[in-house]
Amino acid sequence: MVELIAERFAYGVIIILMMTGLYAVVASANLVKRMVGLGLFQTSVFLLYITISKVLGGAPPILEYPFPATPDETVYSNPLPHVLILTAIVVGVATLAVGLALVVRIREAYGTIEDGAINEADYALDTERAGR
Amino acid sequence: MIDMIVTDPTLLIEYTLMAMLLAVGVAIVRLRDLFAVVMLLGVYSLLSAAWFVSLDALDVGFTEAAVGAGISTLLLLAAMLLTARSAEPVSAIRHWSAFAVALAGGAALFYAIGDMPAFGDPDAPANAYVGLQYLERTQADIGVPNVVTAVLASYRGFDTLGEVVVIFAAGLGVMLLLGMGGRKPRKDGEGEE
Repeated sequence: MVELIAERFAYGVIIILMMTGLYAVVASANLVKRMVGLGLFQTSVFLLYITISKVLGGAPPILEYPFPATPDETVYSNPLPHVLILTAIVVGVATLAVGLALVVRIREAYGTIEDGAINEADYALDTERAGR
Repeated sequence: MIDMIVTDPTLLIEYTLMAMLLAVGVAIVRLRDLFAVVMLLGVYSLLSAAWFVSLDALDVGFTEAAVGAGISTLLLLAAMLLTARSAEPVSAIRHWSAFAVALAGGAALFYAIGDMPAFGDPDAPANAYVGLQYLERTQADIGVPNVVTAVLASYRGFDTLGEVVVIFAAGLGVMLLLGMGGRKPRKDGEGEE
């Protein structure tokens, strides 16, 4: 049992980090802070993937160059998750940019970025229309 | 394997980074000053970039440092300057319901942890098949020493092309939302900007 936990210690820490991000997403009324929470969650998921790709005693996946004639016996970490996460980092910034552009537009239209105040403004508009 | 986990000195660095990440994560959640929150997210990205390097993911490390800690922070700072400087406090009921959601999600993930391969296991399914094939074939197929580059630009080139399409779509979306340049003034004469 102790060994099982000790060998998976890093995953446990990453799960706590992930849940910190989830908490920030759910609990933040401020939209910019909610985007920050999303970033926190996202970075922690990247950490989870890269942790899985690590091989103890392994080297970074960069081969010796010029290539040796004899077969390479070095142990390397798994390059595939690295590639997937490289793509995910860049896509993450793209979604962050769109999300923040939406936040800026909401600020222009409503004058606030607190979700309670936005809901109240929407509600007031609806009741005004219904009363007309 | 457990002896290695306890004694390997690079793992001590990793434990330090883990503790710093946890502290920064909690600080981000607790603070209400948005400038501090945004800067701490940059710090968080930089710390995780350091951990990536320590986990042998050099390319991911410098991409995270440049894009995650650099461009993301810049975007968030710009958005913060255009909107608000501080967040309003949340109600207790919202705090505790969000806490319950995070706790339930965390408990489910912790329950699943026993099925994960041990940290750094070379025989883990994730490390045994495709990744190994890429390492073995890159020299003959592509001839580039950096295997990550070979996979990104050649084996999975279409993936990267799709990524470029996503960035293009996102850029287009931002331009449409913010109306770069010529937005028409309103009919009643009051300019919106």
